[in-house]
Amino acid sequence: MTSILTPARGEQPIFRVNPVAKLTTALVLGVALLLSLDWVSAAVALACEIVLMIWAGVGARRLGLRVLPILLASLVAGVTIALYGRPSGATHFAFLFARVSDGSLTLATATVLRILAIALPALVLFLTVDPTDLADGLGQVLHLPSRFVLGALAALRLAGLFLDDWRSLELARRARGTADRGRLRRFAGQAFALLVLSIRRGSKLATAMEARGFGGSTRRTWARESRFGWPEAFLILIGLGVAAAAIAAAVLAGTWSFLGRP
Amino acid sequence: MVLQDPDSQVILARVGDDVAFGCENLGVARDEIWRRVRESLDAVGLDVPPDYPTARLSGGQKQRLALAGVLAMRPGLLLLDEPTANLDSKGVDDVRDAVGRVLDRRDSTLVVIEHRVETWLDLVDRVIVLKAGAGVVADGSPSEVLAREGKRLAASGVWVPRYPPTVPVRKSTPGSTLLHAHELAIGRARGATIQHELEIEVAAGSALAVTGPNGSGKSTLGLTLGGLLAPLAGTLDASGLARGLSPDPYRWKSRELVSRIGSVFQDPEHQFLAATVREELAVGPRVLKLTRAEIATQVEDLAERLRLTTLLAANPFTLSGGEKRRLSVATALITRPPLLIVDEPTFGQDSRTWAELVRIFAELLDAGSALVAITHDAAFVTALADSELVLAARAEVRQ
Repeated sequence: MTSILTPARGEQPIFRVNPVAKLTTALVLGVALLLSLDWVSAAVALACEIVLMIWAGVGARRLGLRVLPILLASLVAGVTIALYGRPSGATHFAFLFARVSDGSLTLATATVLRILAIALPALVLFLTVDPTDLADGLGQVLHLPSRFVLGALAALRLAGLFLDDWRSLELARRARGTADRGRLRRFAGQAFALLVLSIRRGSKLATAMEARGFGGSTRRTWARESRFGWPEAFLILIGLGVAAAAIAAAVLAGTWSFLGRP
Repeated sequence: MVLQDPDSQVILARVGDDVAFGCENLGVARDEIWRRVRESLDAVGLDVPPDYPTARLSGGQKQRLALAGVLAMRPGLLLLDEPTANLDSKGVDDVRDAVGRVLDRRDSTLVVIEHRVETWLDLVDRVIVLKAGAGVVADGSPSEVLAREGKRLAASGVWVPRYPPTVPVRKSTPGSTLLHAHELAIGRARGATIQHELEIEVAAGSALAVTGPNGSGKSTLGLTLGGLLAPLAGTLDASGLARGLSPDPYRWKSRELVSRIGSVFQDPEHQFLAATVREELAVGPRVLKLTRAEIATQVEDLAERLRLTTLLAANPFTLSGGEKRRLSVATALITRPPLLIVDEPTFGQDSRTWAELVRIFAELLDAGSALVAITHDAAFVTALADSELVLAARAEVRQ
């Protein structure tokens, strides 16, 4: 069986930090970096993050290929903005609607840095989260309703089964002789079959959960305590520190522009 | 309560959490929960650490996990609904023994719903026989009820120890070689070899049974021999079936495959394509471009032979387990492939459907077709197989 719930484990302390703290930190950094559109704040944040990541033992090797899509996306966004962004200053190159100017180049650099500065920490923080721990945290620290949190966690386990189902459906269609033509129609048929199967699995799972007393009126206990202590506070503080440093640097350098206002 | 399907009863990703789930819902204190988790895992004989991923458990282990989850809630009544229907013989014994141990340790009541009577005979004190529309037919001690009702129960599809289903006598003799595998390596994806260096020969009119524990690659072998998965190494030569095509069945087109090799999957629902049984049976012949009249005759004939005639207008998904199995076998048979590959055809079937399947396969073999059956069912192997390939358990690769 394919599972997407395999526990994320590692030696580094970052793996042990409560997922709720990681969520908060990623959120703090994201919001702070969205406030301004300049390149100084993004560059400072990114530099701090890379240093911190290496210090925490989550280097390039660990992230590997997973950084690649983000890197590509940021570069594509950068090129687009360099060509079509709001022009100002000296124009270096123009073709049809494309105008590469000082202004658009600065904006492009800022965008590439900003996407990386927001996405990288989010990626690291979530790669080190075990879904089960996240559910514990959401239920106990944030006190979200356990019905939703555990329902979602249980459903996530089924998602792995759907991957297996999909492969079986594909092979079964070849075995039945209908896999040569009509790719689109076959896909639609297969998707419908998967929907039927998944609804059945879902309702069976719901029965099994109810049979174990889920959704009753008793106040639920949690087998494992989701702790929120010094390491968590420390991580959020680091996040706040990086955000503050980035904003301060931008203000000092005079590039700070609140929500893009000049 | 423990139900039939092992997969849909696992709730969480870690063994310990799954057992604790019921206790959490009942509001049991934390220390007490973990005490109960250890005690329950011990009682069902599931010897894995609490953070072991549930996805790695076998079917029998999953059923014992479900049982442990129920036990941890300290119920006065254990209600089991065919808890061993989807398990191999070792899984059945493990679950039955686990329930036995639990009953020895605690004063719980056990209610078990089952059509394989023999499994639970030593554990139960009372047997109640229900009949559709007629309510309670018999009620009493096991020996008494089985002596009085045994024959009638067996006729209605219940597995009764003293009344095994009748098995036809095999008449065919093996003919020419249809398929030959040499140093075959199999797996679902490149780099994930499950078995290698397999030597297999399938001859016309012969039945090969593939057996082995869960995870040994039986189903993967079936899919590979059926031209659905590519061999990872070695050769698979189906010249005996090719009729002018390449000897490697994986290269055949989907429509070329249906008239040469029929594959019946373990889960019939994966193979259903149409809204009615009649349409479902017509899929194969339509691919082969038969005329409408020919298709109609073939569908009627086969439906008659497999007792599906009254169901022709029904939706395949609404059929009972036994009917679904018969239909999925019928969809493969209708294009008359010289080789039929079936994956666990008798899983969870009542004795009547079992006997019917064995009869159909025996007729097919006598008519010169070949059969490859992936199975856990020892009685099925004895009844049909000319040879048996036992796959060894895969050495678990730890990362």
